[in-house]
Amino acid sequence: MKIHEYQAKEILKEYDIQIPVGFVTDKVSDVKKLVKKLPTKLSVIKAQIHAGGRGKGGGVKLAKTLQEAEQHAKDILGMQLVTHQTGPEGQKVRKLLIEQGMDIEHEYYLGVTLDRDSGKITMIGSTEGGMDIEKVSAETPDKIIKVRVDPANGLTASNIRKLIAGMEFTDKDLQKKFSHFCKALYNVYVDKDCSLIEINPLVVTAQKEMFALDCKINIDDSAFYRQKEILKYHDANEEEPLELEAQNYGLNYIKLDGNVGCMVNGAGLAMGTMDIIKAYGGSPANFLDVGGTADATRVANAFKIFQKDKNVKAILINIFGGIVRCDRVAQGVVDAMKTSKLELPLVVRLAGTNAIEAKKLLEESGVSVIAASNLEDAAQKVCDTVK
Amino acid sequence: MSILVGDDSKVIVQGITGKEGGFHAKQCMEYGTNLVGGVTPGKGGQEFEGVPVFDTVAQARLATGCNVSLIFVPPAFAADAVLEAIEAGIELIVTITEGIPVNDMVKVNSALKNSDSRMIGPNCPGIITPGEAKIGIMPGFIHQKGRVGVISKSGTLTYEAVNQLSELNIGQSTCIGIGGDPIIGTGYIDLLKLFEADADTDAVVLIGEIGGQLETDAAKWIRDNMTKPVIGFIAGKTAPPGRRMGHAGAIVSGGDDTADAKLAMMKKCGLFVAETPASIGKTVKHALECTSDKSKFGGPAELSMVY
Repeated sequence: MKIHEYQAKEILKEYDIQIPVGFVTDKVSDVKKLVKKLPTKLSVIKAQIHAGGRGKGGGVKLAKTLQEAEQHAKDILGMQLVTHQTGPEGQKVRKLLIEQGMDIEHEYYLGVTLDRDSGKITMIGSTEGGMDIEKVSAETPDKIIKVRVDPANGLTASNIRKLIAGMEFTDKDLQKKFSHFCKALYNVYVDKDCSLIEINPLVVTAQKEMFALDCKINIDDSAFYRQKEILKYHDANEEEPLELEAQNYGLNYIKLDGNVGCMVNGAGLAMGTMDIIKAYGGSPANFLDVGGTADATRVANAFKIFQKDKNVKAILINIFGGIVRCDRVAQGVVDAMKTSKLELPLVVRLAGTNAIEAKKLLEESGVSVIAASNLEDAAQKVCDTVK
Repeated sequence: MSILVGDDSKVIVQGITGKEGGFHAKQCMEYGTNLVGGVTPGKGGQEFEGVPVFDTVAQARLATGCNVSLIFVPPAFAADAVLEAIEAGIELIVTITEGIPVNDMVKVNSALKNSDSRMIGPNCPGIITPGEAKIGIMPGFIHQKGRVGVISKSGTLTYEAVNQLSELNIGQSTCIGIGGDPIIGTGYIDLLKLFEADADTDAVVLIGEIGGQLETDAAKWIRDNMTKPVIGFIAGKTAPPGRRMGHAGAIVSGGDDTADAKLAMMKKCGLFVAETPASIGKTVKHALECTSDKSKFGGPAELSMVY
């Protein structure tokens, strides 16, 4: 789960990490009042959406006066902010973070994430803050300092020394501040079950103060059962409405922009099915893993989602019955067809346990279904209907 | 022969009295797996389908001499169940549980590295040596005893591939689902080593997906070390970047963890590549024909055939 910058900063504050003074608002009329409360005349108006790259898209603006701040707020609030992470339609800005200005001397990068190769939590630092860190990593890999943390020992003094050396902090006071910063950030990562924390940039000001100027935190979805208080940060507005609806049905669904809706059991086979639709000239409208229980309710709910997606011109159901019996799935499809008034062509491929009984059941039910004998046949048939 | 599991595997199920654990324990027994007991804390002394239930893995180990544990414990307690199995000295731990927090797996991973235990999973269908032992949730009947090894991150996609093989009368030596999480106990290379050394395996199918570096590293290892043909497939060519495709680990987050990048590396390293999930069986058949008829087999450079 992604959370907003202002929410991430609330967490940092709990851990005694220094953040700029700032206020959140969804009203332009509040802006002047809030800017007056800042310790600096200079203010920063920041769009709060989950995607990165907000600055380049015009979602972060500096203001020298109250009038300027209000004008920026007017421009940003309610805009469809387009960044490299939002897609061409952009994301609507519903909240603003109003922050104090900073007299920045240098911008650094500090991140914490999982290193999949070693299976360890990794802290990543760089002197090249404020830029796209993937780009820094690709172009100047020597500017990236990584420390892998042994879970038995936690973040050690030597881990921190390696970061301090790599990030060229020579001032004793800054070293101390940075050391605290690293320890606190590691604790946030572990305590809150994060999958990513990025402070980009971490800044040192002319007054030799250290601030987390921006912060991005992603939470591990598997840990929600023990991170109940984090769930209050969930923002449904940031999600695709159809994905939210699918989530409420307990379906694992991701919307794409193709014309063939597909319903599959298992994530790997679901991806494989999307791929084969493309290979046969169609285009997948979604990823959808119905899981182990493809009963009438789940199938009917999936149909509802497909019917609401105006791009969908045909549907492919691909189920490999292992533990789940194909005849039960077939019954589910028949029942769902009766209640859903589905007008789209439907290709069904059922393989594995009781596949023969399932085929018979579909044929005798009288519902309009195109039966497919194998994966190739299914892909061919569904793509033929959309040509 | 086969790898890791067979007639000599003595299996216990952790979580045997739960709904999932109980259902699958019975399925494994019906397949012919030598299931010798189960563990559920607080239920020691009971029986399940004729085998004893213990409170702890250590007790089960002492009483039954089990060397494999199959874990169905819910996500919140699964990491602890694995640590208990490691502590009891279980040689092979197969963790089916989906949704274990990554930070828990970081600790488990570290404990595994400091032990003699090997873990398959988590979030996987398990491992099967057809005709000998089914230790997992895969449908036993689609498998056929034979000489092709299968390694995969997926569940149903593996069944799809195995089904294609069996329909072409190509049997399997051992099939392993390694799981789709960001941290897994055993990766491709460990298993490729075992298959390379196994006298009864002629070829290996490697099924991967988007996200991470495991497939890329495996392809390079195959190029440098493997004499047996390997058939590769990667799911997720059409997956958008930055989105988690069902499996916790299936997310494109760089540029070199896409399906296309992995497929390109596989081809470069001399693997036979199946272009669609429907052509995995056919590609294996072709690979076996190429390697048995040496005149068609001109070395790794000419090995890569594309369907």
